[in-house]
Amino acid sequence: MEGPGMTQDMNSFPWLTLLTAVPLVGALAVLALGGRNKALVRWTALAFSGISLLITLALWHSFNSAADGFQFQELHAWIPSLNVSYRVGIDGLGLLMLLLTSIVVPIGMLASWQIEQRVPLYFALVLTLQTCLVGTFTALNFFHWFIFWELALIPAFFLVRLWGGSGSAKAAMQFLVYTMVGSVAMLLSFLAIFLTTKTFDFTELATMGQNGTLMPAVVAKLGWHLLTPEHVALVIFFGAFLGFAVKVPLFPFHTWLPSTYAEAPSGTTILLTGAMSKMGVYGFLRILLPIFSPEMQKILTPLLWLAVATVVLSAYTAMAQKDLKRIFAYSSINHLGYCLLAIFAVAKFTGGDAALTTQKFAAMNGVFLQMFNHGLTAATLFWFIAMLEKRTGGVRGLDDFGGLRKVIPVFTGLMGIALFSSLGLPGLNGFIGEFLIFKGSFPLVTWATSLSVIGLLITAIFILGVIQRVFSGPLHGKWALLPDLTLGERLTLVPVIGLMFALGLYPQLILGVVNHTAIQMALHLRNF
Amino acid sequence: MLAWTIYISFLGALVLLLLPSRSAALVRILALTTTLVTFAITLTAFLQHRSGEMFTVVDHPWISSLGIHFCLKADGISLTLLLLTGVIGICGVLFSWNVDHRIKEFFAFYLVLIGAVYGVFLSFDLFLLFVFYEIVVIPKYFLIAIWGSTRREYAAMKLVLYSFIGSAMVLVGLIAAYVVSGSKSMSLGDLAGYPYSPHFQMWAFPLVFVGFGILAGLWPFHTWAPTGHVAAPTAASMLLAGVVMKLGAYGCLRVAMTLFPLGLAPWGFHILGLGSWRDVFAVLAVIGILYGALVALVQKDFKFVIGYSSISHMGFILLGLMTLNQIGLSGAVVQMVSHGILAGLLFAVVGRMVYSRTHTRDLPALGPMHLNKALPFAAFTFVIAGMASMGLPGFSGFAAELMILIGVWHSYPTLILFVGIGLIAGVAYIWRAMQQAFFSGTAPAAAVAPPDHPLPPITFPEKLGAGILICSSVIVGTFPQVFLNVIHPALNSPLFQGLRNGGW
Repeated sequence: MEGPGMTQDMNSFPWLTLLTAVPLVGALAVLALGGRNKALVRWTALAFSGISLLITLALWHSFNSAADGFQFQELHAWIPSLNVSYRVGIDGLGLLMLLLTSIVVPIGMLASWQIEQRVPLYFALVLTLQTCLVGTFTALNFFHWFIFWELALIPAFFLVRLWGGSGSAKAAMQFLVYTMVGSVAMLLSFLAIFLTTKTFDFTELATMGQNGTLMPAVVAKLGWHLLTPEHVALVIFFGAFLGFAVKVPLFPFHTWLPSTYAEAPSGTTILLTGAMSKMGVYGFLRILLPIFSPEMQKILTPLLWLAVATVVLSAYTAMAQKDLKRIFAYSSINHLGYCLLAIFAVAKFTGGDAALTTQKFAAMNGVFLQMFNHGLTAATLFWFIAMLEKRTGGVRGLDDFGGLRKVIPVFTGLMGIALFSSLGLPGLNGFIGEFLIFKGSFPLVTWATSLSVIGLLITAIFILGVIQRVFSGPLHGKWALLPDLTLGERLTLVPVIGLMFALGLYPQLILGVVNHTAIQMALHLRNF
Repeated sequence: MLAWTIYISFLGALVLLLLPSRSAALVRILALTTTLVTFAITLTAFLQHRSGEMFTVVDHPWISSLGIHFCLKADGISLTLLLLTGVIGICGVLFSWNVDHRIKEFFAFYLVLIGAVYGVFLSFDLFLLFVFYEIVVIPKYFLIAIWGSTRREYAAMKLVLYSFIGSAMVLVGLIAAYVVSGSKSMSLGDLAGYPYSPHFQMWAFPLVFVGFGILAGLWPFHTWAPTGHVAAPTAASMLLAGVVMKLGAYGCLRVAMTLFPLGLAPWGFHILGLGSWRDVFAVLAVIGILYGALVALVQKDFKFVIGYSSISHMGFILLGLMTLNQIGLSGAVVQMVSHGILAGLLFAVVGRMVYSRTHTRDLPALGPMHLNKALPFAAFTFVIAGMASMGLPGFSGFAAELMILIGVWHSYPTLILFVGIGLIAGVAYIWRAMQQAFFSGTAPAAAVAPPDHPLPPITFPEKLGAGILICSSVIVGTFPQVFLNVIHPALNSPLFQGLRNGGW
């Protein structure tokens, strides 16, 4: 299953386990340093995150984009009685997520530089979160994957709770309970599947799912006679679906998100939107779609309605917000809604039609690109908000500002680029993902795609609204002395902004990595 | 060699009582040494007997005319539980390092309790098991009545009365089994092999099961547990919830289910949808899970939250037992270990780390104390213990509950929804207690005035005890195979043949 492009060294060395362990070691190191020298703590944390980035780039360099299956695999026996083995590996999707994580976490750390309370604990939690993210994106066995999926909630909860705003207690609790309910439902569904198949391995389950043998076997094993077999299959599907739907989030399971994003310190919001939300979409792609596509096809129309609602309603609500963080929180829901639209479109039964299958490839590629680009852009936007909050002492209302471009022109310029990227301006990275999603989905699910265009329009409206109300117009007196970006901030922002341009003008950078995996994923979905 | 765990514990208690009472340090060191030695013995035995099959430790005729032997045996299940007792024994001593009132008697009773628990887990002769089972009750009473807190005399009396009622029920069942089988032997193997009539088993099984079940916190006979655990001093709570309740579950598995497996068979008719004692106890177990969790959710006393959470977790064990398949039963045994560790940890935090410093367990009163800043180690330990308790993967609770849930899917899929609700309720009550006790009040961004009288810091014995328990939970959670390797052969042994014939 390994690609021919790998050297023998790459084969035997446990790179992925190392990548998972490095941030955790960093967390312990940071805690051991103690709170006296805060600068040392911050730089140490950043260094460990930087090491992760280097390892990920090395993996990218050695990755064979044309190979099937998973690379850098490690396989060890773990709990034979439960048929659980320690199996990790990455394909194009996994590598993309690792790259995103290793970029978003340092951004999150940089945006948290101004935190003064309990600094070692903060950065230790961030590093622990990075470990959990890497673990989720590399695990190939449900038991192992679920450990990291759940563990990630703990640092996230405490990051929101301990350093958040005044409403953080309620928001953090809501976040936790919502996600837990979804996770419990998902766990129960997978245990029912395990009972039938005696395996937790994603690849094996995907094969069974695609053969159409999985759900009938599960239904027969459970022997519930109160419901028809189709309904039993749907119940099991719904359990697994709920776990991921809460995480992305999909309407109507999204209500935890705006408060949590708004109350969290901006550095944490970067991690939540840049990386953690992608866990949900990753779950849809890696787990739900391959294993449950027959069920998804049966209820495709309701699913598409939910995706459309996610896209349109969240954009509409973003337009009505007055808090900058809430605007972009709802905007995150909107951007990820496009991913779900495309995923549901790809799940659609097309009977082997070659032209439509090509559209599915486009849609899949679009999802991957959108995941990465949204992660990057959203992280950057919240970073700008953090920088703004630092200057204004926490003020971040839409109506509190005006005319800032006269006072902080460089800030305006760079944030403007990020805003236009979020809007989907061609030439910047935000465009290409959305373009491919729409191009691919339109022939597949025309009505849903057409309705989702409304989301694009409303997004344009509120983003231009942000630019107009924050940066243009009359200047309030109290902001007249606002300092512009420091040299350090400029130096750290330029690579990120540069990346936005690079990806916008030359998306092949990412497409080269993921295209093959996207095509394979779409091809493996047998049409029933 | 395993018999020495019993002998050394009792010997230790005796030596302690004979010591001159001047040196508190000597008493503590002696108690700690005793528990360390017994743990070392159990660990060695565990590592030596990897096959998990039953082996004889001691077998002497005792009261030959009645066929009673002093017979001790162990298999994979016993070894696992003995190991648990060893670990909790050590940690109980560590968390009681601050006891200064009548120290000698405290640790003497403690060691007698541990010794009797070892005795129950090792006994293969049912008379001997019963003797040890009764010996367990005496030190429990004194530990609670003398060193306890809230309403200690009442709690101690209630606990003892319930225990004796349970024991009486068990005794009736055992004597009946002995007589019906011809009054020849009290050995478990002999009695289990005797073919009792289905009619006999149908009434003997629930009698003995409920008898042991009372000690295991079977709903609705559980009411002694929250009161008793809350009133008990920390080490006693750790032992009571952590180990002694497992005696009840162990008795259910080892005695009731092996002697009278046909008692689990269908009655042939249905009442309220229940068609067998198995259905009845499964439903009672689920009710216990939900009831314990929901009542824990509304408690104002921190320790009561943990007390009721014990009922909820014991419900998982009993449910696992009733699934009657290998994965459910092994899940139940792993849950016995897991809950033993976690209950110990939770009571240690609430009782020893928090209560002995703050002198209050009232959640609304603890909030303003900003304990996450005053006692960060306690907060950290409670977070870990709480997460493990609610079944967070990576810790022992998840591994156990996973197996039990698979077993439940197999045998009682209709109950799964309720168990799922119980899991979520488990998240809710732990998180609520944690929030209110440690993380109440505003985030650290707001200025918080330092308290006038800072709380004493967490001592080294407490940190050591917490560390041992956390590591144990992680080990069981990430490498459950180590225990499954000995539990599965034990479940496949001839002793459980009758149960297996029931079909799994």
